[in-house]
Amino acid sequence: MPDHPEHLGLVAHQFDDIEQQREAATLGMWAFLATEVLFFGGLIVAYAVYRHEYFLSWRKGSEELDKFTFLNISAGAWNTLVLLTSSLTVVLSVHAAKHGKNALLLRMLLATMVLGAAFLGIKFLEYSNDYREHLIPGPNFSPEVSNHVQLFFVMYFAMTGLHALHMVIGLGLFTWLAVQTLRRKITPDRHQAVETIGLYWHFVDLVWIFLFPLLYLVR
Amino acid sequence: MQHRDESLKTCYIVYALLIVLLVLTVIAARVDFSQHGFDYLNLNIVIALVIAVLKAVLVMLFFMHVRLSSRLTWVFASTAFFFLALLLAFTVADYSARPMDRTIAPPDAPVVANFDHP
Amino acid sequence: MTDVLNIPAEPTTENYLNRQFTVRSWLLTQDHKRIGILYMVTITFFFLIGGVAATLMRLQLLTPKGLLVGPDMYNRLFTMHGIMMIFFFLLPSIPSTIGNFVIPLMLGARDLAFPKLNLLSYYLYLAGGTLALVSLILGGVDTGWTFYTPYSSTFSNEWVALTLVGIFLNGFSSILTGLNFMVTTHTMRCPGLTWFRLPLFIWSLYATSLMMVIATPVVAITLLLVALERIFHVHGIFDPALGGDPILFQNLFWFYSHPAVYIMVLPAMGVISEIIPCFSRKQVFGYHAVAFSSISIAVIGFLVWGHHMFVTGQSIYGGMAFSFLSFLVAIPSAVKVFNWTATLYKGSIALDTPMLYALGFIGLFTIGGLTGLFLACLGMDMHVHDTYFVIAHFHYIMVGGTVLAYLGAVHFWWPKMTGRMYPEWWGRFSALIIFLGFNLTFFPQFLLGYLGMPRRYFAYAPEFQVLNVMSTAGASIMGIGYFLPLCYLLWSLRWGKPAGNNPYNATGLEWQTPSPPPVDNFEQTPVVTHEPYCYHLMEMPRA
Repeated sequence: MPDHPEHLGLVAHQFDDIEQQREAATLGMWAFLATEVLFFGGLIVAYAVYRHEYFLSWRKGSEELDKFTFLNISAGAWNTLVLLTSSLTVVLSVHAAKHGKNALLLRMLLATMVLGAAFLGIKFLEYSNDYREHLIPGPNFSPEVSNHVQLFFVMYFAMTGLHALHMVIGLGLFTWLAVQTLRRKITPDRHQAVETIGLYWHFVDLVWIFLFPLLYLVR
Repeated sequence: MQHRDESLKTCYIVYALLIVLLVLTVIAARVDFSQHGFDYLNLNIVIALVIAVLKAVLVMLFFMHVRLSSRLTWVFASTAFFFLALLLAFTVADYSARPMDRTIAPPDAPVVANFDHP
Repeated sequence: MTDVLNIPAEPTTENYLNRQFTVRSWLLTQDHKRIGILYMVTITFFFLIGGVAATLMRLQLLTPKGLLVGPDMYNRLFTMHGIMMIFFFLLPSIPSTIGNFVIPLMLGARDLAFPKLNLLSYYLYLAGGTLALVSLILGGVDTGWTFYTPYSSTFSNEWVALTLVGIFLNGFSSILTGLNFMVTTHTMRCPGLTWFRLPLFIWSLYATSLMMVIATPVVAITLLLVALERIFHVHGIFDPALGGDPILFQNLFWFYSHPAVYIMVLPAMGVISEIIPCFSRKQVFGYHAVAFSSISIAVIGFLVWGHHMFVTGQSIYGGMAFSFLSFLVAIPSAVKVFNWTATLYKGSIALDTPMLYALGFIGLFTIGGLTGLFLACLGMDMHVHDTYFVIAHFHYIMVGGTVLAYLGAVHFWWPKMTGRMYPEWWGRFSALIIFLGFNLTFFPQFLLGYLGMPRRYFAYAPEFQVLNVMSTAGASIMGIGYFLPLCYLLWSLRWGKPAGNNPYNATGLEWQTPSPPPVDNFEQTPVVTHEPYCYHLMEMPRA
């Protein structure tokens, strides 16, 4: 039974108290993130096997990727910067939610979303460039480049595509959080959603932290 | 369980560290270490992966609060990586034990589509 | 015989079944008990479809040249049989049906940790099964349930992508269920219910959930890649034309599919650990050993997937490692069998229906498990790989093991779920028919495999006919055996004797609440003060 009347409505009926609910939410999200590690993990294994078999083609593909730059720094590196910063804004938004600072929370949530959109924007520019350079696998793939390099690009699009899909879902979740904030539904007592969704976003950042060197920095 | 939090100062310091590591990894990629190590496992990738792991650990410990969470959370967080490591290790080990001069298909074989519908 | 523990329910007591009768209240329920029932109905449907495929296959194999279908159709039949049975019947059977119903009760909780997620799991399962069914109606798939590339990715002309998306959705159903069970077990045990006071069924399902959560995503991404390859007409990562490796597909596929077979059998073992003590009136021998063996099976089970690939040009070092580990994983299973046997020893055995299924399990699972060791021997596997020996091996475990345990579980917890008893003699008779039919079906297949009959062939050499006819005869007997419980269990819903809250005088929190349970499971949260399986402390024998 909930101890305090004000917890009624904050604690779902299957839980005994707010602490149990919080613990369950955190463990639940971590368990889900564990499944995501293995989900991306399958692609990582495929990548590792083919890198082992076709190292030279892997290097060629990676060098092609690294050619798309702003200010002589690859789009991949810029994207890493963007995502790392978005993780910071997520941390700041959780902090704001815990302390009831609604305006700050909203600003940080929006900042995270802007950075996420920036990531997707840079990705879009990259993909467009790949299209122009005939690096998209399929009948239009550049004939000057070997089949194994095409395999690299299949892996590249599979890995970054899956990652981008997770970013889009993350943006959706943050949109929901922003709406909840606007409706003043997030208070120090009811901020678990910000933490839980924050964990998801950090995870998406984690995946990119690995994808960046694996895809862009093969030398 | 998570009532304590990382101070904001800690978070900014971690962020700064992450950026430093990012800069390091980009610079390191421009140096040619390909003479050290195997062709697919030269120093370049080792450096890049070590830095990536450091970044990941920083994000997990500080941004994802693992440092201040219960041991159970820590177990949940690390179990997945443990099993991924197993999958990776066994599979790559099997491939490594096969003859290296085998190529599954020559790089320039014609690519043909073979089916009608999904 | 009356006793204070077994209190028949008042006909008008409010419970989870009669609280609301609308279709909406069932289809949008968040009650773990109703979700368990939804699963039970749906898996029965998919079992029937898989059974029809099996019937046609066994009829086909009555004569050497084949009676009914050509090779292409036969390929579709064995593929559909495998897919329906494995993904849409066996994997969800005990966890999603029995587990969903019983876990919160065993933990003294009001529901699982995430009831809405539980409902989502059910609908993902239903959606996945529907897609697979649609693909069946459109003509089916002929790749085998193993979907080996490049046939499945590049050359098959059947509805592969549709089926794969169905299996993908089913995978996420599995993942979310496992997640739910794990978090519930960690956070929602009632006061006094420490880990080593948990029923062994919970230990088994916890280990199962670990596998569901870790292994399933790998096959999900693998099958998704093949599906996308087909849908977008691109050449994918397993396509040899690009330098892709079909063996990589097999590695990723079996990384899940080996733990998957443990996902199918570990809950069954958990059921047996509940039934044996109850019908021996004795505490489980070696509780800790059985609990740890569940975790060991789960962990070691992740390390043996290469034993499905001994003939694929695997390196000898890989072969040796996987062979050794496969031998190792048999040990915890054997520990369970020894401990069940030791529990039976000097127990007061009652041969009720659930006990008959449990005893059948022990014998048949042992045979299946031992033949698994034969297959784990590299030299032996060269001889019997892709023959009926393998088929007999896994059917002894999946049917002789899991299906028997599932039926035992359904009978054991039927009174709890429905408040009714089934007719006991029909129960025993059906168990016997199934046991006899099963052995007649699958024992000859060991011989067929050893003699060299390959699997997945629509025709065979004439000298194999006698054994094949025996197998088909056994299958028809087994079919009758499956049909009977369907009839009498449904009958019991209306005319069965009211069960009372503890018809078997079993230990466990689920028996301390009325049958059927109220919506929130317990009037008051129970408090546990003693170890499990305290049959030695109970004064009264079984009712």
